[in-house]
Amino acid sequence: MKVGVLALQGAFREHIVTLEALGVSGVAVRLPEQLGDLTGLIIPGGESTAIGKLMRTYGFYEAIRQQHGAGMAVWGTCAGAILMAKEVLDALPDQEALGLMDIAIRRNAYGRQVDSFEADLDMRGVDNGPFRGVFIRAPWIESVSDGVEVLARHDGHIVAARQRDLLATTFHPELTGDPRIHTYFLDSVVGA
Amino acid sequence: MTQARTTTTATLRVKTGLAEMLKGGVIMDVVSAEQAKIAEDAGAVAVMALERVPADIRASGGVARMADPSIVEDIINSVSVPVMAKCRIGHFVEAQVLESLGVDYIDESEVLTPADEEHHVNKWDFSVPFVCGCRNLGEALRRISEGAAMIRTKGEPGTGNVVEAVRHMRTVTDEIAWLKGIRSEQLFAAAKDLQAPYELVKWVAENGKLPVVNFSAGGIATPADAALMMQLGCDGVFVGSGIFKSGDPSKRAKAIVEATTHFEDVGIIARVSRDLGEAMVGINISDIPEGERMQERGW
Repeated sequence: MKVGVLALQGAFREHIVTLEALGVSGVAVRLPEQLGDLTGLIIPGGESTAIGKLMRTYGFYEAIRQQHGAGMAVWGTCAGAILMAKEVLDALPDQEALGLMDIAIRRNAYGRQVDSFEADLDMRGVDNGPFRGVFIRAPWIESVSDGVEVLARHDGHIVAARQRDLLATTFHPELTGDPRIHTYFLDSVVGA
Repeated sequence: MTQARTTTTATLRVKTGLAEMLKGGVIMDVVSAEQAKIAEDAGAVAVMALERVPADIRASGGVARMADPSIVEDIINSVSVPVMAKCRIGHFVEAQVLESLGVDYIDESEVLTPADEEHHVNKWDFSVPFVCGCRNLGEALRRISEGAAMIRTKGEPGTGNVVEAVRHMRTVTDEIAWLKGIRSEQLFAAAKDLQAPYELVKWVAENGKLPVVNFSAGGIATPADAALMMQLGCDGVFVGSGIFKSGDPSKRAKAIVEATTHFEDVGIIARVSRDLGEAMVGINISDIPEGERMQERGW
């Protein structure tokens, strides 16, 4: 299994380290040609506007949609979840979404950095106790369509969801050193 | 599926976490909402709200202070990327004001005139995270012990001359390599030499890196400068005067963003370096009188 991490900007190194700890080779993807033989792609946290602009410049929007169509699973964390959504609330006027997943997501939903927080989450598909969610200027998932399974909520807001081979988390599992959601992605989402 | 328990804000992980999200990106100095929009459109991961860029502070002399709150608020209201702002070294009331305005990061910065020649701000007292400058490992660890959640090497701001940024990044890297190589009983003397807390020195020796994200700053003016600093091992770059003191700020800003992402791809660096127009003029460090070097500020 070969999983890529979009390495245009943000916390991509931490995802690669977690994948390698699980015995999976993690590829830092900087150009669309590298998507070809991947079974899964993680779009990391970072600034969604900055990542989106670099994606556009280098032709990633079409390439990711195409590879997803050909069976590549996709997991977005925070900024990555924003980029995957069909609908982005509070987006910049020219902000382009990949539109892979039938969710509506709200950017910077909790406020500014002083409102960033961590909290224990119970997540469906993730056993052995709560998962520590780290939320950094995080979005939340405002609504989901039929066919999207809600996996976790915080304070009533959806913070993790899954649609067949697509996974979105609004928090940062890669900052905790806890690999359980990476394991869930590799075991249950990739290849689904 | 359920409600969460034990929600906490302003933890160290939450403070350092935002810096983690900025990695591989470019943070740009801006003095107006208009410049902030240009920076965001070019792909900046954050903007630094200032009243004057370092080159103008250098040119005009006098005391440089925190920006007018209305400028900071204008900038906060004009962009969706994180907004940072600078307070003077040791000026904890400027920091309190900036926190109350809702900035996402405070830069306790040598670019402004220091307010205290002995003490930096106790950054543990704040919910908002801080970034601080350093020229070497000891300075970095002192700032981290005071609560800084992100470090940047200082370089020499407002010069468009990358030589000091290189010197400081190499110094930090070499000192980390040295700590990694010495024996455990030597770490106590190392801590004394570095004038830094033993626990942090030990952590760096064991992990071979700083405990927080480290950006490069002070003199980056071209895409190749940014890629140079990334290849030397920094996590991202600050560009101050280099963008809005150049002929075509928008184009140069985009080019620096691309070169920072693709810092190992010389074909891309060459392509984005073409036809950028006039770079900022730049100053040789030896032409700056010693007392006017901003990097000397901070203790």
